[in-house]
Amino acid sequence: MHIFIDKLVAEHQFKTTDLLAILRAIQARYHYIPSSAITHVAKILALPATHIIGVIEFYSFFHLHPQGDYEILISDSITDAMLGKAALIDLLSKKLHVAVGTVRDDGLVSLANTSCTGLCDQGPAGLVNGHPLTQLTPERIDLIVTLIHQHLPVEDWPAELFAITDNIKKTDVLLTQPMPLGSALTAACTRGFTETLAEIERSGLRGRGGAGFKTAMKWQFCREEHADTRYVICNADEGEPGTFKDRVLLNQYAHQVFEGMTVAAAIVGATQGFLYLRGEYSFLYEKLSSILHARREAGLLGENILGQGFSFTIKICLGAGAYICGEESALIESLEGNMGIPRNRPPYPVTHGYLGKPTIVNNVETFLAAAHIALHGSADFANIGTQQSKGTKILSICGDCLHPGIYEFAFGTTIKDILEACGATDVLGVQIGGPSGTFISAQEVERRLAFEDLATGGSFIIFNQTRNILDSVTNFTHFFAHESCGFCTPCRVGTSLLKQQIDKIVEGHGSAGDIVALEELCQLVKSQSHCGLGQTAANPILSTLERYPELYQRLLKKISYEPGFDLNGALATARRLTQRDDAAAHLAQLGEDYE
Amino acid sequence: MNKTLSIDGQEIPFEDGQTIMQAATAAKVYIPHLCHHPEFTPHGSCKLCTVKVNGRNCSACTFPAAEGQEVLNNTTDINEDRKKITQMLFVEGNHFCPSCEKTGNCQLQAVAYHLNMLDNHFPLFYPQRAMDASHPEVLIDHNRCIFCTLCVRASQEQDGKNVFALSGRGINKHLIVNTPSGKLKDSALVADDRAAHICPTGAILIKRTGYTIPIGQRIYDHHDISDVSLTTAEAQHDH
Repeated sequence: MHIFIDKLVAEHQFKTTDLLAILRAIQARYHYIPSSAITHVAKILALPATHIIGVIEFYSFFHLHPQGDYEILISDSITDAMLGKAALIDLLSKKLHVAVGTVRDDGLVSLANTSCTGLCDQGPAGLVNGHPLTQLTPERIDLIVTLIHQHLPVEDWPAELFAITDNIKKTDVLLTQPMPLGSALTAACTRGFTETLAEIERSGLRGRGGAGFKTAMKWQFCREEHADTRYVICNADEGEPGTFKDRVLLNQYAHQVFEGMTVAAAIVGATQGFLYLRGEYSFLYEKLSSILHARREAGLLGENILGQGFSFTIKICLGAGAYICGEESALIESLEGNMGIPRNRPPYPVTHGYLGKPTIVNNVETFLAAAHIALHGSADFANIGTQQSKGTKILSICGDCLHPGIYEFAFGTTIKDILEACGATDVLGVQIGGPSGTFISAQEVERRLAFEDLATGGSFIIFNQTRNILDSVTNFTHFFAHESCGFCTPCRVGTSLLKQQIDKIVEGHGSAGDIVALEELCQLVKSQSHCGLGQTAANPILSTLERYPELYQRLLKKISYEPGFDLNGALATARRLTQRDDAAAHLAQLGEDYE
Repeated sequence: MNKTLSIDGQEIPFEDGQTIMQAATAAKVYIPHLCHHPEFTPHGSCKLCTVKVNGRNCSACTFPAAEGQEVLNNTTDINEDRKKITQMLFVEGNHFCPSCEKTGNCQLQAVAYHLNMLDNHFPLFYPQRAMDASHPEVLIDHNRCIFCTLCVRASQEQDGKNVFALSGRGINKHLIVNTPSGKLKDSALVADDRAAHICPTGAILIKRTGYTIPIGQRIYDHHDISDVSLTTAEAQHDH
């Protein structure tokens, strides 16, 4: 093992910033990070072992204890649940003789849930040793079980199990016009980089991750900082459940995204860029690497790009299963080889980012749009959309509709038109912007896709009338509790309390005061949390409580107080110890007798 | 020439580079806190020191003071939220003051007194957490850890030892010890280390010193934490 690790760490030039990549390789080889590996890596990298343990315990894809030779993870997104995930994971569990969340005794296989894998338009989905499984069916489960019992390496499994389609259903200005290799960069050079920045400003481009900060302003801030080094980071940690557009953009439009990054680098004066790719998308790594290679060969990356005297390289870094790393400062921490904990701000990344240097972090789609604007100018982009939201937005549409997939819509399009385009009927409501966004009911479909009305990073999940809204609320609330980084008290404890409180109500243990308590807790977590995760974790509850108070009220018992647990069940141990099972040894849940 | 900001309407001078917490403390204005300690790099995690700066919630211990800021600190609403955050810290761990050696000297308890916290409000988590009594002089009771990282910072910044770290994610956050066994006995920690005395709760205790000061005669039995925090020397504040 030491020889393997020595070689691995040397390949990473003994950089502590590469810790995640090093741990990914060890995890892939041994299906966990053995303690001897921790000690050895700590020694060579001169890091405290506790730092490495901290990182391992932070990311879902690293383990201190052995996982199966076949590590199976099934996507726990609401969209997978709507496609029948629960029955499929039960089937897998039964056929493989392994309980969910455990490793089989012989160590052959482990099975667990994982947060949304970004394959919502072709679910139920999952991962086996990091390889994506799509469109799972009972038949496919049978096949997988057989392959595992044959001990066939995952690399030799039939390709159809891993087939991923892009499902691009509607294109507009960004996805229609083909962009010749290097054309945006050439145009930016010809125009001049200062003038290109002005062009981006005129285009009105705002960050496509969801928050909508003005792109040109961010670049301008970074550019103005006095520093010897600056960085450009592309945020491809697409973790918001229901979002998968960046996966498609990187699969089909990677050149354009990299070109946008290169234009950004030329504008702000950066020489190093990073693509932070979520661990779930590791299957894109080889393809993206070869595209980077091709760009270097074409003189579009590397030294003296296009003979203009500036240099820029892009490195791809993989995440390891942590939604929080989509938050820009947590992403930077992760890139530095740390736990993905959002930083205290100020200072902001534009002044103190990666390794303390000025850094811009933008979404995949933002760089794609920037390349488009660099090539075509701002006019055609700025003419689309609304006054405050220029251009188009690329949506990942999934859930109850005939044609899930990728859609490019002009900002300002009504939700009604979007629902029509994707073949959604009998709509109950739409979750816009994922769990951290807003739920709107079918009465609100005249509202518009725009930063000033309904903003989204891309997630667009449709629910029809057969769905129970509280299923999604419960799923989302559990998701946030699972993904909270645990740094600040209101989110660490608050998201777990929200989970308990919503479960209490949904399981029928709620009473009169519980909705008020829930709402109070929501406001506290929202207003007091350190970062966007905590600040939006209560949104699923708040936005449905506002629209469907009766859904919640209906579940309450008509008593003033109900304990949050099964009273009679809690006495089971006492009954066993006293060997009693008579009527007096049982207690009715308070109040049931009064109804 | 002097720059000022206002806290609850009171003009407070500050110097460039100071945080709101530093400016407030210098001006004898108490802002409740647990993870903050003036001698160590601020952490900003407990969120008790959240104040409203020009209408926005900010952690006073990390947020830079700036000219003309209007800061709200000691208001009913803010203190109500602080009380709830304190209650969160109580229910998340196993804090049973009457049986804890730290009672009366505990900052978590003292902040709860200060904020007039009379119950836990939230359901208790009753987590299963182990104790580490392996070290001859120092005891860790993980049940009382509030993840403030003061021991982590004290060990790194003052003792130069790096004995402690936080690990895990979300509600599974926990304190770990930098030894191959994970046990405190194998670490370089000694009872004189700053890290052994910095814990605001009873999670890290010095052995064989328990109850030398009787309950009822301890700091917060007689003084509000706001006074102690502002007037006593920090060295005393630690104990």
